[in-house]
Amino acid sequence: MTVATVAIGAYGLRLARTTSDFLVASREVSPAWNAAAIGGEYLSAASFLGVAGLVLKHGVDVLWYPVGFAAGYLALLLFVAAPLRRSGAFTLPDFCQLRLRSTGLRKLATGFVIVIGWLYLVPQLRGAGLTLQTVSGSPYLVGVLLVGIVVTTNVALGGMRAVTFVQAFQYWLKLTALLIPMLFLLLQWQADGRPALAPPAGETFAHETTVTFDQPTRLTLPDGSSEDVPAHTTRVFPAGAPIPKVAGADVDTGLDWLLPGTSGGGNRGLLATYSLILATFLGTMGLPHVLVRFYTNPDGAAARRTTLMVLGLVGLFYLLPALYGVLGRVYTPQLMMSGATDAVVLRLPAAALGTGTIGQLLGALVAAGAFAAFLSSSSGLMTSVAGVLSTDVLGRGSVRDFRVSAIVAGFVPIVLSSRISELDVSQVVGLAFAVAASSFCPLLVLGLWWRGLTAVGAVAGLIAGGGAAVAAVLVTMIGPPLEGWARILINVPAAWTVPLAFAVMVLGSLATRRRVPADVGTTMLRLHAPDALGL
Amino acid sequence: MPPEPPKRVRVVLAEVAGTARSGEPTRVELAEQTGIGEALVKGLVRAQLALALRCAVVVAVGLGSLPLLFAVAPAVAGARPFGVVLPWLLLGLAAYPFLFLVGWAYVHLAERTERDFTDLVERH
Repeated sequence: MTVATVAIGAYGLRLARTTSDFLVASREVSPAWNAAAIGGEYLSAASFLGVAGLVLKHGVDVLWYPVGFAAGYLALLLFVAAPLRRSGAFTLPDFCQLRLRSTGLRKLATGFVIVIGWLYLVPQLRGAGLTLQTVSGSPYLVGVLLVGIVVTTNVALGGMRAVTFVQAFQYWLKLTALLIPMLFLLLQWQADGRPALAPPAGETFAHETTVTFDQPTRLTLPDGSSEDVPAHTTRVFPAGAPIPKVAGADVDTGLDWLLPGTSGGGNRGLLATYSLILATFLGTMGLPHVLVRFYTNPDGAAARRTTLMVLGLVGLFYLLPALYGVLGRVYTPQLMMSGATDAVVLRLPAAALGTGTIGQLLGALVAAGAFAAFLSSSSGLMTSVAGVLSTDVLGRGSVRDFRVSAIVAGFVPIVLSSRISELDVSQVVGLAFAVAASSFCPLLVLGLWWRGLTAVGAVAGLIAGGGAAVAAVLVTMIGPPLEGWARILINVPAAWTVPLAFAVMVLGSLATRRRVPADVGTTMLRLHAPDALGL
Repeated sequence: MPPEPPKRVRVVLAEVAGTARSGEPTRVELAEQTGIGEALVKGLVRAQLALALRCAVVVAVGLGSLPLLFAVAPAVAGARPFGVVLPWLLLGLAAYPFLFLVGWAYVHLAERTERDFTDLVERH
C-alpha cells in the first residue's frame, strides 16, 4: 500500500513537472478547466481528511464547515470575481496599490498574505504527517518534515508551478479517490444490514475491535460504571459490546451527535456556529492562493462563470467527506475512543472491507487522494507566500530571491506544525478563514464597491480587525485553555472581528474623506463596466 | 483554444477618449468621466451591488436561519423525511444545489444588467 501511494505520488510530481514546462505560457484557458484547477488547489487536507474526522467526532453541527467552505465561493462570486478580474490585480497587495495607490497598505497586506498562508499551511503539513503515520506507521514528525521539505524544494526549484491542467487533474483525482471507495463502502453497509448510525441505546462495536491504549485512561460505560486502564494496554472488544467513553476525548455520542447542539457547550453553541459560518462565507475571498488563479480568466464575465463552476465542483466534492464521517461511526469506532478522528478517511476502506485486495487497493487510492490534497494546496500556498515574500519583503522578485523566500515560506509552517499536534485539521483551517474574513474581505468588498474607501481607513481596518483575529488565533494555539464565552469568542473569533474590521474601515475612511484617490471614478469604471464595451 | 488569443492592452484614459469613434458620445462621456458618464457608472455599480446583496440575503435567510430554527424548534430538527434526520438532509445534501442555484441566478441577472447597460451606451 505504501509503495502504491509513493508510486502514484511520484507519478503526480513527474506529471506536474512535464506539463508545467509545456503549458506555462498559456494564460487564457476555458472556464471549465480553470474551475477544476481552482477546485483542485482549494480542496486541501482540511477538506479531504478534516471534514470527515470532525463529522465522526461531532456529527451534524460540523456540517457547517463544508457548507461554509462551498458558500465562500458564492460570496466570492457575488462581490469579488468580476470586478477583481477587471482590476488586473494579480495578488492582494497588487490590488491595494492599484485601487488606493498606497505602498504602506501594500506592505501591510503582504504581511496578512504571509500570516494567512502560514496558518493554512500548518494543517496541510499536519495532514501529511498523519497520512504517512497511518499508511506506513512512521512517526508523525517524519511525514511533516518529509512533505514540508519536498514541497519547499519543489517550489524553490520552480518544479511544481501552479499550472492549470495539473491542478485540474488534481481535482478529479481527489473526487475519484473519495467517490469510488465510497460506492464500495455503501454496498458493504447495505450488505451488513444497514447498521444504525446513532442507535438509541448507545453505540456498540459492529465488529470485534482491537484498541491499544498508549496512555493510562479511564473508560466509562453507558451504564455508568467506569474502569481505569494502564498505559500500553491492548483490549479486544467483542461485536455488540457497548463503546465506552474515554476520559478526555471530546467526542459526541447518541443524540448529541445526531441532532444540532443547543447546549452551547464547547465550540458548538449558536454563537460559535454563526461565527464559523461568517468566517468561512467571507474568508474564501481572502485566501491568497485562490485569488491568484482568477487572473487566468480572460475577462470579468469569464471570471464569474468560472466561479459558478467552482461552486458546483466544490459542492459535489463535499457530498462525500461527511459520508465517510458517518460510516466511520460504524466501522472505525476505535477512532472515537482515541480521538484521532482525522484518520477516518484513510482507515475506513480497510476497516469496512477487510484487508483483502479490494480493501488494500481502495485504501491506497484514498491515501493517494490525500497526498494530492496536501501536495497541491501546500504548493499553491507556498508559491503565493514565497511570491509576496520575494517581491515585497526579502528582495525585488528575482529568481534567487524567490528561492530564498520559498525556504523561509516553508520553514515556519514546518516548525509550527511539528509543535501543534492536538488541534484538529479543520479547526486550524477555520482560524485561517477567520483571519482572512477579518482582513481581506472588508478590504476587497469596500475597495470594489465603495468610492469612499481611503488608504488610511483600509490600514486602520486591517490592523483592528485582522490584528484582533491574529491575536485570537495566537491565544487559541499557544495560550491557556479557556472556558465559557471567552472560549467561543477567542476560538471562533469571526463574529466580532469581521464587523470590527468593516466598522473601522468605514469610519476611518469617512474621517479622512479628503484623501480619496482622485482617479476613483476611472477605477470604478474599469472595475464595473461590461467587458463588451472594451473600456 | 484559439491559435492566437487577442493580445490584451491596458486601457488608459487618454487612449480610450482618443480612439472612441465619433457618433458614440455616451462612450466618450463614460471614458472622460463627465457628469453624465459618472452618473451612469454610479447607477451600474449600484444596480450590481443591489443584485449581489439580494442574492446574499436569499442565502442568509435560506441557510443562515437554520441554526436558529433548529435551536428554537427542536421538533423540526428531529423530523425524519425519507428516513434521514432533517438537519443532515439539509446541510449534507440540499445546501449545495441551493448555493449553486443562487449563484446561477446571480450570473444570469448580472449579465443581463451588463447587456442593458451596453445597449444603453451603444444606442446613444
